[in-house]
Amino acid sequence: MNQQSWTDRIPWTLVITLAAAMVPFVTSRYYVDLATYIAIFAIFATSLNLLLGTTGLVPFGHAAYFGIGSYVCGLLMGELKVPFLLAFVLGGVGGAIFAALFGFFCVRLTRVYFSMLTLACAQIVWAICFKWNEVTGGEQGYPRVPMPDMAFLDWLPVSGRGLITAKFYLVALVLAAVCIAAMRRITKSPFGRILNTIRDNAERAQFIGIDVRRYQLFAFIIAGGFAGLAGGLFGIYKRGVFPDYAYWTKGAEVLIMSILGGINHFWGPTVGSAVLILLNGVVVSYTEYWPFVLGSILLFLLFAFPGGLLGGIEALYRRLRGQANA
Amino acid sequence: MLLAFLDPTLLLGQFRSGLTTAMFLFLIASGLSLIFGVLKIINFAHGSLYMLGAYIAWHIVHYLVGNSLLGFGAAVIVAASAVGLIGLAIERLLLRHMYKVEELYQLLFTYALVLIFGDVCKFIWGTQPVSVQRPTLLAGYFEVAGVRMPFYDLMIVVIGFGIAYGFWLMLNRTSWGRIIRAAALDREMLGALGTNVSWLYTGMFTLAAFLAGLSGALVTPIKGIVPGMDIEIILDAFIVVVIGGLGSLWGTLLGSLIYGMVVSFGILLFPRFSIFAAFIMMAAVLIVRPWGLLGRPVK
Repeated sequence: MNQQSWTDRIPWTLVITLAAAMVPFVTSRYYVDLATYIAIFAIFATSLNLLLGTTGLVPFGHAAYFGIGSYVCGLLMGELKVPFLLAFVLGGVGGAIFAALFGFFCVRLTRVYFSMLTLACAQIVWAICFKWNEVTGGEQGYPRVPMPDMAFLDWLPVSGRGLITAKFYLVALVLAAVCIAAMRRITKSPFGRILNTIRDNAERAQFIGIDVRRYQLFAFIIAGGFAGLAGGLFGIYKRGVFPDYAYWTKGAEVLIMSILGGINHFWGPTVGSAVLILLNGVVVSYTEYWPFVLGSILLFLLFAFPGGLLGGIEALYRRLRGQANA
Repeated sequence: MLLAFLDPTLLLGQFRSGLTTAMFLFLIASGLSLIFGVLKIINFAHGSLYMLGAYIAWHIVHYLVGNSLLGFGAAVIVAASAVGLIGLAIERLLLRHMYKVEELYQLLFTYALVLIFGDVCKFIWGTQPVSVQRPTLLAGYFEVAGVRMPFYDLMIVVIGFGIAYGFWLMLNRTSWGRIIRAAALDREMLGALGTNVSWLYTGMFTLAAFLAGLSGALVTPIKGIVPGMDIEIILDAFIVVVIGGLGSLWGTLLGSLIYGMVVSFGILLFPRFSIFAAFIMMAAVLIVRPWGLLGRPVK
């Protein structure tokens, strides 16, 4: 299995980023808007998959760290006028700190109890955002997150009001590419391999001397940090931060994205977020019953393609190649 | 503020509201706990079945029978039975195929049902809150030491304890109960001994759905029926079940009482932060005793 296939040698992150960077120049503002969501949710879903696919943990409260990142970044920029990049990074740090705090307890539990505790932690975060009026704005949220001015991108050949959207999209895209490349490095590193070992058989990992909990905690912190980064971008793009960013159903959304793309592939969550967001764009123009459509898709996936889209494509590819060889 | 704790009328009043909340939650959470105990599935859709029960009961009262005691009673029974049948269909058609797959897929399966039922209710009954008036005979109250106890709340408390007692009888005094307890411990062995486990699971899920529908129907005179009530109630039910111990019936009863009392007395102490108390209790129990106060550790 050491043999690399030719697809592994393509620098996918770079190729996808360059292709995606064309979006503002060849399509309308509407698609730039969707593409921005995709970039942000690709970070969020991939960070979730660090736990789900890579480590084999099922968190039901990943939205907590997304929410914390958005609040930290948004409040720093809005209230303390902290520059964008610094606030963005601090949003991630905020997510990681809370992930360390909660993760310390969560990784002590297994299976369904782990999921339940992550859910409880997310709800605690949500309750803080919802009730701490003096700082978070409470139920109303904090709607004064400024858009960074990004003057260095003013030369872009996009006219009028589309310019600010296009500028932020490109910034978000580059940051998403950096985050995803970093996560890819992490999953392919020896550290990532150990996480895979824990996923496949935690007991054996323990036998060969791996401190399972510590590695799970590190994975939890890293995942929380990247979720926080995604949250920061989301808060800026929405020009405000609101308690429902941290609500557990937000975490369920990214779970669905990951499953849709395929949790056994690094690119699965990215594909899943792209497909789901584009589909959402199409469906909501016809009907308000998007959750119904989403639920039906999910049911169909669970019964027909539990490996997600990439899993399905891979199976098809293998089958075709098998027939060609025979 | 602390002086409030010296006022017996106030304390009794809070106790009453805590007890009512607790028994309501028990009605809902008992089904959730039952499903986890026997089927080993965390059912997010339990809240959706509850919501369906509420809407169906409202529909019957509003369009067909009106809110006489008899009409309301009939509506409650019909709604609960209808939801039981929906549960039966879900188990036979879909859930059966999910027992062997990983927990992640089971959780997402029940979550998919939440999404679907949420929209189905919106589609049929709209997004405007609706409500049912208490039947005239149950609208009154009596007073104990200056505290009003509405008849309706008393009825809920009685039904709650009745169901707890009924469950205890069923689980410990009947052959059915013996089989259910066996199924919770070792499904395969039970099947090998000749019990039809597949239908047992169907029966359990139907019963749990019936209870969810029943509690949904019974809540209609107390709370408004709105979209989103499914998500809200399922979290409360999770808290209760986790505190008491997943799969333990007495644990669920204890968890409900603790939750009800903490919320109702917590409002006196920290009016703004009682929303935290519940989640912090849930997290604390999971950290210290993941299997809950009265549950047993599962391997």
